[in-house]
Amino acid sequence: MNTLPPSGQSGQNIVLTEETQAPVLEFQHVTISFEGPPVLSDVSFTVAPGETRILLGPAGVGKSVLLKLANGLLRPDSGSIRLFGEEIATMPEEQLFPLRKRIGMVFQEGALFDSLTVRDNVAYQLIQQRVADEEIDERVREALTFVGLEETFSLYPSSLSGGMRRRVAIARAFIHHPELLLYDSPTGGLDPVTSTTIIELIVKERDVHRTPSLLVTHRIQDAFTLCTHHFDKEKNAMVPLPKGTIDLGTTFLMLDEGRMLFDGSLHDLVNSSNDFVREFLE
Amino acid sequence: MAIISIEGNAKQLVLTVQEYSLFAWRAFLNLFRPPIYVVDFLLQSDIIGFGSIPICVLSGFFTGGVLALQSAATLASFGATAVTGRFVALTMFRELGPVLTGVMVSGRNASSMASELGSMVVTEQIDAMRALGVDPLRKLVTPRIFACITMLFFLTILSDFMGILGGAFVTVFMNHQNGTQYFSMAWESLRYPDVIQGLVKPLFSGYIIASIGCFYGLKTTGGTQGVGRATIQAVVWSSVFIIVADFFVTRIMLFIFS
Repeated sequence: MNTLPPSGQSGQNIVLTEETQAPVLEFQHVTISFEGPPVLSDVSFTVAPGETRILLGPAGVGKSVLLKLANGLLRPDSGSIRLFGEEIATMPEEQLFPLRKRIGMVFQEGALFDSLTVRDNVAYQLIQQRVADEEIDERVREALTFVGLEETFSLYPSSLSGGMRRRVAIARAFIHHPELLLYDSPTGGLDPVTSTTIIELIVKERDVHRTPSLLVTHRIQDAFTLCTHHFDKEKNAMVPLPKGTIDLGTTFLMLDEGRMLFDGSLHDLVNSSNDFVREFLE
Repeated sequence: MAIISIEGNAKQLVLTVQEYSLFAWRAFLNLFRPPIYVVDFLLQSDIIGFGSIPICVLSGFFTGGVLALQSAATLASFGATAVTGRFVALTMFRELGPVLTGVMVSGRNASSMASELGSMVVTEQIDAMRALGVDPLRKLVTPRIFACITMLFFLTILSDFMGILGGAFVTVFMNHQNGTQYFSMAWESLRYPDVIQGLVKPLFSGYIIASIGCFYGLKTTGGTQGVGRATIQAVVWSSVFIIVADFFVTRIMLFIFS
């Protein structure tokens, strides 16, 4: 794991090293609107292999829209979106399905299929691929163990709490070992204890599998936790990094009124001179 | 202001027709392309077909009964009560059986499809399905269309049969006429073109019910209120289109068999 003191300039060097690899996801001058002013305007950024990008911004600035653009659920009015090196902004829906199978997405409210059991929700993609039942059961139990919900195997989503539904959604996103993870406000509306559990799962996935990810949140405390903690495999728990160090693979983006205001490291974020960024952090 | 509103509504109508045409065409093509979700087809057949049996039995029986009641008085004035069976059989097989079954099934299933898919849209389940690499059109819409066409065909036969039984009940027990004569007239009056005409119509009605129900469901916007709106539109438009399609199919059938 790459860690670095928050103060200092070497963060720039690390970013340069990572930029030598082709990005997993790349937005270039993306604009989208829905019968009105643009929701996103001229947005550009990249997600490099192994990188976790945290998209910050107040509610209603287009964070979820950006996430849906990232896997082709929405189409931009202009600009380019490259996913795994392929242009998806104009790609027909039929060709997008194989690409989406390589992505794991966690929706804001979980978006579990309420007519299916937890087992069938988590295994949804495997069932469509006609994987053998024994293998499905084994992989579902493994995924549920990862999120600490083994006992919910046969339950329906309606009998789960909000936090448990989010964790099942995370298990569904993780089960096929995706090449990119998209989290849409995974802790939104949850109590602090459950939020910490969810963040711990995200840190665990980041540090165990190094899956590149794009995480949308308006909770600055969650973003800082992601930067200042790592997953200790021996303790099987999330623990703080040594004082003064941060996770270098976790960087920030900030949106306001559809425009990308900030793109950089935690160090750059906390030292930003932008009024909006400073106000948001306070 | 009123002119702007009319223009806006007209544009919206044209856009909806365009969207529905594209949707219906894609859904139609999917009927012949893999993957075919057999389990979903069987599940939907159960919901649409077996679930609609009671309403088709009741509506068919009482429609046949009311036809016999209404016709008996008129036919009696010409001394032709003996042809009640012929009247009921022809009307049920050619028109009322297919149309009434279509409208009844539409009320039950177009609404159910629109509300179910609409709820999935507003809770992001459709987006989740797409994000998991599964095409909702193939997974949700095609099995419903296939099931609706198949089941409506058999439900129409059931409804026709129940209509003739309802007519017989009224003829024998209320009009005190000869039952054998009723069935004999009904049987002798039916020709293959009548039966074919009556059995082609549910194929169109089934497609209309499922495609419109799914279209409005997947087009839902505006939360739970939007689900309510989608349900109403699905039932209204599928019922209207069943009657419109009935007119054109009848015209074509009469032309073919004339």
